[in-house]
Amino acid sequence: VSDVAGTPQAVAPDEGDLRQETMIINMGPQHPSTHGVLRLLLELDGEQVIGCKPIVGYLHTGIEKNTEYRTWMQGVTYVTRADYLSPFFNELAYCLAVERLLGIEAPPRAQVIRVLFNELNRISSHLVWLATSGLELGAVSVMLYGFREREVLMEIFEAVTGLRMNHAYIRIGGVIMDIDEPGIDKIWDFLRVMPGRIDEFESILDTNPIWVERNRGVGRLSAADALAFGVTGPPLRAAGVAMDVRKDEPYSGYETYDFDVITRQDADAYARYSIRLDEMRESMKIVSQCLDRLKEPGPVMVEDPKVAWPAKLSVGPDGIGNDPAYIRHIMEESMEALIHHFKMVTEGVSVPAGEVYQPVESPRGELGMYVVSDGEHRPYRVKIRDPSFANLQAIPIMVEGGLVADGIAAIASLDPVMGGVDR
Amino acid sequence: LIPAEIAGRVRTRFPDAVVARGEVTVVVAREELLDALAFVREDPDLQLDFLSSVTATDHPGVTPRFWVVYELKSVAHRHRLRVKVGLADDDARLPSVVAMFPTANWHERETWDFYGIAFDGHPDLTRILLPDDWDGFPLRKTEELGGVNTRFHGAFIPPVDTRTT
Repeated sequence: VSDVAGTPQAVAPDEGDLRQETMIINMGPQHPSTHGVLRLLLELDGEQVIGCKPIVGYLHTGIEKNTEYRTWMQGVTYVTRADYLSPFFNELAYCLAVERLLGIEAPPRAQVIRVLFNELNRISSHLVWLATSGLELGAVSVMLYGFREREVLMEIFEAVTGLRMNHAYIRIGGVIMDIDEPGIDKIWDFLRVMPGRIDEFESILDTNPIWVERNRGVGRLSAADALAFGVTGPPLRAAGVAMDVRKDEPYSGYETYDFDVITRQDADAYARYSIRLDEMRESMKIVSQCLDRLKEPGPVMVEDPKVAWPAKLSVGPDGIGNDPAYIRHIMEESMEALIHHFKMVTEGVSVPAGEVYQPVESPRGELGMYVVSDGEHRPYRVKIRDPSFANLQAIPIMVEGGLVADGIAAIASLDPVMGGVDR
Repeated sequence: LIPAEIAGRVRTRFPDAVVARGEVTVVVAREELLDALAFVREDPDLQLDFLSSVTATDHPGVTPRFWVVYELKSVAHRHRLRVKVGLADDDARLPSVVAMFPTANWHERETWDFYGIAFDGHPDLTRILLPDDWDGFPLRKTEELGGVNTRFHGAFIPPVDTRTT
């Protein structure tokens, strides 16, 4: 270090003098324990965190702007990529919002399938949380178990929707294709295996003193603080507030399912962990009720040809695609069908002018879609209120005053997904 | 309360409240914003004490050009209210609500980042999702959808829409 004149200056303090200054370090944006590209500016006094500033935006992809340049139907394929661990929730919130603007409702069977896949998605999302949090706290075996179980769900998603992620399966007016018998059998198989597996996770982790010590009393967030910072989902319910959009403002028939909202009182990382395990059990309760209701056949898309997607799809060896019989129909048999197909695909549905805010309960909390239409064939504005975005604001009050290692556990317990935060 | 009752209660102080698609929207002037939020928060029948989201929409060529939108929820009553403030093109600023709702901090920064709407009294009104040196406010309707030059392996690659094969 030198001053402007180039004269060397003393860097080290006099011997015997204790250094009092704090250290500012960057954690992330590339760091194995920040759950993606989250950057934290930490001010440290030894091992103690005395200041923390989360910095986001590294994964911004302009999803909201992009939707304004695409048709209403194409919007589904954009929003599903926001929070990539809960694609079905993004799709559902968007489609419900657009359906409310259109003044239509999906057929009963489609609503059951939507609930079914939302709850399976909640389980798969919580499994990724369990796996990654386990890894961050040194429980590598839990990481392997979590991803093993999630893989079963990924295979179910792939068998039914053709894709493992970013399905665009829930569409305006229903779902894009019905679930077939082999798909339902796969879910029954999953339901038979999974309860035992959750018990297994619980017994591994609850008898592990390191896991319990590193989570109990760590990352406390009181109910008042959580609400002030807009925190929803398991972190809020861990503080004893039974706020759940599925119960408060039921959508897709959630009021007709039997399930409980899980709460804890301790408001720490351990409470969030135990809530998520119980939520997976509740989700399985809902899934089995859905499967019972699916015995009733019915349409999965609204009848109105001005809204419904024209093509019939089927899952082939390389994923989902246009059904060969449908292709033959529009290419060889019916000119009207071809014209209709062309018009629906290029222009699509036009939505009456207006605005709605549609919340759903995602694995991370309240996921809201504020959708504005000016009556055209494209959305005028799609705002995604992502729960991770709001939840992250609580990080400073959770980690300040604690140790760096506790900060890792606290952040993990919030389960932020940066795809949703940065959109 | 059901939406019509919420709207009726809000109208006692702020007359411009409507119900559409089961949602209540009240339009207030910029000067009334803090009063309105305090009123619906303190009123025992409303208790709208949870701020879900703050965002905006842009309507160039129309007055007001910007609408700033606040989505509120009541933790006790589980109902919602939307508060909207219209802003002129050449005067896109309004008071920050961070003191009342700490969660507004990032939401207001995002609205500034996307629309260039300034929130007076915000503790740290900087860009949040876009790079600090970004030029312009991308979600304004006057900004085109288009790529930017991307630095890749030491050279700048032009955006997709201006690239020729």
